[in-house]
Amino acid sequence: MDIRVRHASHAYGGLAVLSDIDLVAPAGKILCLVGPSGCGKSTLLRLMGGLERPTSGAIELVGAPPSGCLNELTFVFQHFALLPWASVEGNVRFVLDHHRLSEAERAEIVADVLARTGLADFAEAWPRQLSGGMRQRVAIARALAVRPAVLLMDEPLSALDSQTREILMEDLVGLWTRAPFTAVYVTHNLAEAVRLGHAVAVMSRRPGRIREIVAIDTPLSERRPDDPELERVQARLWSLLRDEAIDADRELVDG
Amino acid sequence: MVDLSPARQPREADARPVPFRGGGFAPGRNRWAGLVVFVALIAFFEVGTRTGVISSLTMPPPSAVAQTLWRLVETGLLWQNLGPSLYRLAMGSLVGCGAGILVGFAIGLFTLARAGLVPLVSALFPIPKIALLPLFVIWFGIGEGSKVALIAFGTFTPTVVATFGAVDGVDRGLIRMAQSFGVPWLRIVTRVVLPDALAGILSGLRVSLAIGIVLLVAAEMLGARYGIGAYILEAGALYDLERLFAGVVILSVLGLLVSAGIGALERRLLRWRG
Repeated sequence: MDIRVRHASHAYGGLAVLSDIDLVAPAGKILCLVGPSGCGKSTLLRLMGGLERPTSGAIELVGAPPSGCLNELTFVFQHFALLPWASVEGNVRFVLDHHRLSEAERAEIVADVLARTGLADFAEAWPRQLSGGMRQRVAIARALAVRPAVLLMDEPLSALDSQTREILMEDLVGLWTRAPFTAVYVTHNLAEAVRLGHAVAVMSRRPGRIREIVAIDTPLSERRPDDPELERVQARLWSLLRDEAIDADRELVDG
Repeated sequence: MVDLSPARQPREADARPVPFRGGGFAPGRNRWAGLVVFVALIAFFEVGTRTGVISSLTMPPPSAVAQTLWRLVETGLLWQNLGPSLYRLAMGSLVGCGAGILVGFAIGLFTLARAGLVPLVSALFPIPKIALLPLFVIWFGIGEGSKVALIAFGTFTPTVVATFGAVDGVDRGLIRMAQSFGVPWLRIVTRVVLPDALAGILSGLRVSLAIGIVLLVAAEMLGARYGIGAYILEAGALYDLERLFAGVVILSVLGLLVSAGIGALERRLLRWRG
């Protein structure tokens, strides 16, 4: 299933945040969104996920969702958004409980996603007992449990240290390689974008526009941190972003 | 290799330990300190009244109060007085706190309830509930009705304020998450808002129930034959200090038990906080 943004603009009060965004996230691919801070990339993601309504323009779903899909547009949040009073398993079950499923089906889904994210041994743990990386794995397991048509990932690795981030990137590549999913991946980290994105959309500073979409053809599983081709792409992304980032940094938040 | 040796060797005599500036601001747990304070205070009054430093007109010896308490138990008067009081307190706080939690949730969740009820609650909060007792007697009768109503009314407002504060403080990120997974509204309220607000609601209940105990005495001022409050008021009127203090001790113990009960509830329901 594709997700298509058509001429979407968004404003908070009088402040324009997004301006005339035209974008397609194609099925089975990861589209990364990068841009200077405050450029509206997270807002764009919330629009795509239906958590906010665009001031003008439209967001459309194209095609049928995968079979067994329980929640078409599924978020992975920067700060995990785990229920602190529920165990790892409880957090996954929380998003399944309101669906018509038999207990056997539920147990099977939970066991499957915990196994895929390496959490099988932690089903009973509380979120506070887990490291940041493990917490985000729980959030990813929860997102996979509803068999999403599109994963909307809002800086999912930004709250983690660089070593954990590297490990989780490999996990995400592994998950995608075994079962390709559609994702829109917001990040400000260009290294993440070139490792995980089949395409990288570069946004301008506020009000955010799509400046350019850079395709990366190297298969995900063959990308290495020191790949010269990826470094070249990353340098190019930075050259697109640098001046915007400097200007964005000097802006007053309330405009 | 980077040379990390200092440019100039200082003399060993110049070495001094880094002064420690951390510490404090983290009160720990101590089981015994509370008990020691009680025992010391009781011992002080016992010695004071026995030696005559403290006049028996101003303070009965704690041992005499203990004897009075024991007589209350022996004669069955304790239960005769405690029973009705516990009933009034339980019914009153159940109605008051229950309604308070419901209204608090309504204020926390709905614009109209917030706009309509917050000013009302703010207007009701500062009213001394005791002053309304005669009115309640007319409204609800001289029997149990007026007493339960007074306690219910008194526990209602602080519970509302604590509950809507707790609901306001619920992590918006968790609500967005639940919405993004298509979780139905009612389920978000029961499985996200309620657990997250529970800590605040329970600490509000601590205050509300203490107020309930305070109001118990006031409620038993009019038309109560039995009850701890009636017992204290009668002892006060007769200037029977031993019975007055015995009654006060019973109320204190009641307060301690309620507080311990809520503490146990917190430990059980808020286990996830670790």
